[in-house]
Amino acid sequence: MEEILLNIQNPEIENNVFDVRGLNLWYGNDQALKNINMQIEKNKITAIIGPSGCGKSTFIKTLNRMIENVPIVRTTGEILYHGNDIFDKSMRVEELRTKVGMVFQKPNPFPKSIFENVVYGPKIHGIKDKKLLMEIAEASLKSAALWDEVKDRLNDNAYGLSGGQQQRLCIARCLAVQPDVILMDEPTSALDPIATLKIEELMDSLKQEYTIAIVTHSMQQAARISDKTAFFLMGDLIEYDKTEAIFSNPRDKRTEDYITGRFG
Amino acid sequence: MSAVKSEFLREGREDIMLETDQMRALERYKVKIDSGRIERRVRLNNGLKHLFSLSTVFALVVLAILLYRIGVQSAGWLDLQFLTSNLSRFADKAGIYGAILGTVYLMFIVVPVTLVLGVSTAIYLEEYASKGRIQRFIKVNISNLASVPSVIFGLLGLAVFGRMLNLGSSILAGGLTMSLLVLPTVVVASQEAIKAVPGFLREASYGMGADKWTTIRKVVLPVALPGILTGSILAMSRAIGETAPLVVLGIPTLILKIPNSIMDDFTALPIQIYYWTLDTVLTPEYANLAAATIVVLLAVLFVLNSVAIIIRNKFQKRF
Repeated sequence: MEEILLNIQNPEIENNVFDVRGLNLWYGNDQALKNINMQIEKNKITAIIGPSGCGKSTFIKTLNRMIENVPIVRTTGEILYHGNDIFDKSMRVEELRTKVGMVFQKPNPFPKSIFENVVYGPKIHGIKDKKLLMEIAEASLKSAALWDEVKDRLNDNAYGLSGGQQQRLCIARCLAVQPDVILMDEPTSALDPIATLKIEELMDSLKQEYTIAIVTHSMQQAARISDKTAFFLMGDLIEYDKTEAIFSNPRDKRTEDYITGRFG
Repeated sequence: MSAVKSEFLREGREDIMLETDQMRALERYKVKIDSGRIERRVRLNNGLKHLFSLSTVFALVVLAILLYRIGVQSAGWLDLQFLTSNLSRFADKAGIYGAILGTVYLMFIVVPVTLVLGVSTAIYLEEYASKGRIQRFIKVNISNLASVPSVIFGLLGLAVFGRMLNLGSSILAGGLTMSLLVLPTVVVASQEAIKAVPGFLREASYGMGADKWTTIRKVVLPVALPGILTGSILAMSRAIGETAPLVVLGIPTLILKIPNSIMDDFTALPIQIYYWTLDTVLTPEYANLAAATIVVLLAVLFVLNSVAIIIRNKFQKRF
């Protein structure tokens, strides 16, 4: 960790949280990511779009090495997180995932109380003080815009919440670990439009303090919330630019075809 | 190839093309109504319905006769004196206090041994072992072990615990033998319970920087616990009712001393039933004692199975 902190001081790479260099990824013999080069900037929302099977979920799950839970995955190339290669032997995956949190496609709270869900992360990282845990829970739930809805029933089971509330609980649970980056893998695809809107508003407020990378199927969502957009197609990164540029003036024909709905 | 079809092909919409092909096949085919055939099928259905219900009735009748005979035979013999007295040569003074204690002591060995070994094995096989041929081989063999006759486990216990480790026919020897017998059941039940824990819960934990053991301890095991408990309770009730392994181990016929350490000789409820039944030739009243003991054993098993069902129902479908 010390090394990471030292590198943050270095102004050259200060602005890039992730620097992906020549990343290739295979599932067995099928190549899912082909020579990806891209930087993810600090305190920005980076959207990753593309048709199903283009490798966008694979890519985001590689950033916190969650993809390694699939046994047949093989990678080459490097991903620098604040200047340190995440595939380096000295990098503990538990340490990486503490700094790079994740929110999943389907809300996945634990079958425990709302409170226990939020303090799960702090607890496993060694915080035992009850008062401190309560403060963390309140702060995290407030940041996730859920506090007012659940403050009177913190000890109720999390599965009593609606889908949208569950997803915000998962975001609160992620925030409680005090990550640096939040990866979101289609976080609103299981939610209705109102819940989706709430999550989008939340993301906008979160980017003051966190760096967010979001995979989304919805181009409107990418256009609404993101600062930069990457378009993936069949494992290639086709185009990566400011969101306005991608949507108003795409350089690649395939990007244009996709965002105008000609395929996908 | 029709124009429409080639258009679909060009756009890569094979799914739509398939549907239209199937519709054409349906148009060529006419379903004719054959009243005789339908009549025959309806009659077959009715016949089978009665046959199936008869099978159920048969099982119920056998069970009812069994319960009735045991009830009648044990009437008047099953009282507090019977539960709290030790063995006696006189049937009306004999009781099963020693056998109840023996069964309880047996469980003191079986419960911790099978739970610790069984759940640990299941955790290793499901969470740690790399999926491959060896893991599959081990799994299949554990399932096979669950169906090995109990008398064989008795022989194994006699050879290993009784003779080699010189534990004789003590509570420890009996408990370890019984543990071996039900261990495969506990392993398989725990494996199923662990496998049923949804992957997205594990992902959530890993995503926050948890290591594997923390995830197992705080997420997987709490969720799998009801399943593990249900399986284990059923396994325990099998251990309580099993007779053959204990007979092979040479559990003594007559224990006049109440056991008070795990190295003492003991007797258990099913053994008591077995020997009393054998001795009915000498003293006919022993049949009544055996019946009364059966009632006690059945009551214990009934309670255990009910607890297992209650746990299962209470924790079903939480996601």
